[in-house]
Amino acid sequence: MTDLDFENWTCPVPLRDTPTVVMGHGGGGAMSGELVEHLFLPGFGAAGATTDLGDCAVLPAGGGRIAFSTDSYVVKPMFFPGGSIGDLAVNGTVNDLAMGGATPLYLSAAFILQEGTALADIARIAEAMGAAARAAGVRLVTGDTKVVDNGSGDGVYITTSGIGLVADGVDIGPRRAVAGDTVLISGDIGVHGVAVMSCREGLEFGTAVSSDTAPLHGLVAAMLATGADVHVLRDPTRGGVAASLNEIARSSGIGVDLVERDLPIPPGVADACSLLGLDPLQVANEGKLLAFVPAEQAGEVLAAMRAHPYGAGARRIGTCVSEHPGMVVARTALGGTRVVTMPIGEQLPRIC
Amino acid sequence: MKYLDEFSDPELARKLVDQIHAVTTRPWAMMEVCGGQTHSIIRHGIDQLLPAGVEMIHGPGCPVCVTPLEIIDKALAIAARPGVIFCSFGDMLRVPGSSRDLFAVKSAGGDVRVVYSPLDALKIARENPDRQVVFFGIGFETTAPANAMTVYQARRFGVANFSLLVSHVLVPPAIAAIMESPRCRVQAFLAAGHVCSVMGTAEYPPLAEKYGVPIVVTGFEPLDILEGIRQTVVQLESGRHELQNAYPRAVRAEGNLAAMAMLRDVFEVTDRTWRGIGMIPRSGWRLSERYRDFDAELRFDVADLHTEESALCRSGEVLQGLLKPNECAAFGKQCTPRNPLGATMVSSEGACAAYYAYRRLDLVQIS
Repeated sequence: MTDLDFENWTCPVPLRDTPTVVMGHGGGGAMSGELVEHLFLPGFGAAGATTDLGDCAVLPAGGGRIAFSTDSYVVKPMFFPGGSIGDLAVNGTVNDLAMGGATPLYLSAAFILQEGTALADIARIAEAMGAAARAAGVRLVTGDTKVVDNGSGDGVYITTSGIGLVADGVDIGPRRAVAGDTVLISGDIGVHGVAVMSCREGLEFGTAVSSDTAPLHGLVAAMLATGADVHVLRDPTRGGVAASLNEIARSSGIGVDLVERDLPIPPGVADACSLLGLDPLQVANEGKLLAFVPAEQAGEVLAAMRAHPYGAGARRIGTCVSEHPGMVVARTALGGTRVVTMPIGEQLPRIC
Repeated sequence: MKYLDEFSDPELARKLVDQIHAVTTRPWAMMEVCGGQTHSIIRHGIDQLLPAGVEMIHGPGCPVCVTPLEIIDKALAIAARPGVIFCSFGDMLRVPGSSRDLFAVKSAGGDVRVVYSPLDALKIARENPDRQVVFFGIGFETTAPANAMTVYQARRFGVANFSLLVSHVLVPPAIAAIMESPRCRVQAFLAAGHVCSVMGTAEYPPLAEKYGVPIVVTGFEPLDILEGIRQTVVQLESGRHELQNAYPRAVRAEGNLAAMAMLRDVFEVTDRTWRGIGMIPRSGWRLSERYRDFDAELRFDVADLHTEESALCRSGEVLQGLLKPNECAAFGKQCTPRNPLGATMVSSEGACAAYYAYRRLDLVQIS
C-alpha cells in the first residue's frame, strides 16, 4: 500500500460551481475563505503562509536593518511570453529589496479581482507566484482579496509588499554615485517590454523575445561577496535604462556617459523597437540590474556577475563623470552624441 | 534586421563624412523635409559630424506637428461623444488641442484606442456594429495608402459604422510654400524617401528647376542620410540643381502604381491648413465624392468648428526654418515636451522636441 499524502490534497470542486470571479469572492464570507484556502494557498504551495490566517503575520527577524518595499502590478495582458503578472508581482518586489542590498524574506500579496475573471486564470497566477516565491526563497505570508464590479477593474491587479534584511556594512543608494564610477548592466536590455508589447491587443507581432522576469538578489549577493563597495543598484523596469540612469544622475548630481555600441540590445528587441519607433533604452526590463561601482573594482564585480546565471551577459556600458551633472549622454556608433532623456509618460509608437 | 546594421556601419559612415568634408568649401543650409529624418539625424548625432557651416534645417515633415489645431479639436469633440470608439496612432494622443488632449478625453471616460494600422480600426468597427468607430487619418503621402485602403474596404464590405477623420498633407506644395517665403534660407532639400516610394519622383524636377534648388531623395538610416547630404553638397558646390535619387533601394521614379491608383480613387486634392504655417493651396487630400459618406467631419457635424492657434507658439516659423526652436521665447519655459504649447514639441520627430535635447547637448562635450 502506498503512503497517502494528505498534506497536498485539495478538493477538486471547491469553488461553488462558478468558473469566474463573482462579487461574493470579495465579501469576506465563506466564498472569500474558499478562494484563499482552495486557490491561493495551493497555488503558493510551500511559499504560502503556514501559520493561522490572522490579520497579520508575526515573523522572526534577525538583528540589523530591515528593507521594506511595495509595488502594484497592473500589466496587460496578464500572461505574456516568459511569464505572467504573478511572476512580476513576486520578482518585482524581490528585486526592489535586492537593489537596496537586502536579502528578501517575506512578501504580502493583495489582489483586486474583477468580477467575471476566470478562476482558472487566477489559479495560474497564484501558481506562478508560488513558483516564483519558492525560486526566490521568499514566503508569501499575508494577503487580501477584494472584488470589484465587472468593468471597474481589468482582470486582476496585485500589490505585493516585501521585507528583507540588510547586512551590516552594505550601503547602496542612488545618492552614492560618484564621478569615476563604472556603470554595469547585467544583460540584454528591453526584453520584457518587447515581450509584453508583442502580445498586446492590436499589436500582436511574432517575436522570439520572452520576458526576462527573474529574482536578482542572488546576483546581488554574488556581487557583494567580492567585497566591492557597490555604490548604486537599480533594476531598470518601467522607463527602462534611460529612466533609471536619469534618476541616479539627478539624485547624485553626476553625469552619465554611455557608449551606445556597448549596450547589449538583442536583435529581436532592436527590430521591434525600430518597427515601432521606440528607443530600447526606454523599454522595460524585469530581470536586469544596473550597477555603479568604483572603476578599480569593476572588473572583479563584472566577473562575479558573469559567473551567475542572471548576470551571464553582464557588460560595462558607461562611466560617471563630473561634467553635465544630472544628464545622461550617449556617444552614438557614428561618433556623435545625444542626450538620453527621461521618457515622458507612456511610450507612444510613432506614426511613421 | 539586415538593413539596420548594414546602413548604420560606423566605418562606412566615417568615409561618407570624410567625403562631405572634402567637397565642402563654404556654408550651406539644407532642409530635411521628413520628421523621420530629423529624428534619425538627432538620434545618431549626424549634424555634429558635418563641416562647420553645413546646417540642417528641420522641415515641416512631421505629420503630428503640422496637423492643424482645428482638426485636433474636431478629434477631441468626436472622441468625447458617447458611443464613439476613437482610434488613433499613439503619438497623436498627447498633441494638445485648444484645451486638452486625447489622453484627457480618455481619462474622462472617452473610448480612445491606440491602433497600429487603420485596418485594425476597421476590425474594431466590424466587432462593434452598434458603435461609431472613427480613425484619425493624418500624415503625408506615406500613411495615406493604408488609410485609403481602409476606407475602400469599409465601402466595399459595407461597414457603415466606420469613418475617417482626414487631414492628409502633401510634400511638394510644402516645398513650394517654403521657397516662396520671403525669408527663406533653404538652399537644398533632402526629399522624404518614403513619400517618394509611394508617389515616385516626377513632382520634384519642376520644383528643383523653378526654385534653383537641388532635391535629393533620401532614406532614413544613418548611411542613407549621409549619402543624401553628400549628393546635395556636391550639387551645391558645382552649382547644379537637379533631382537625384539617393535612396534607390526603396524609391522608383514611377512610384508605387497600385498605391497611387488607390489614392486617386479615394482622395482628392484640397486646400489644407498646416499647423503654425497657415493655409497652403492644394496641399492636402480629403475623401473624394465617392467616399464622402465615410468622412467623420460630416458624419459628426464638426465641419463648422473653428479654432485659433496659441499666440505664444511660433512653431510655424520653426517649421519653415525661419526660427531656431531655442530662439522662441516660450522654448524650454512655458513650452517643454512635458507641457507642449505646439505640436513641434510633442512628437519625437518634432523640431522643438528634438532641439530641446539637442540644445542641452550643445552644452556638453564628452571628453
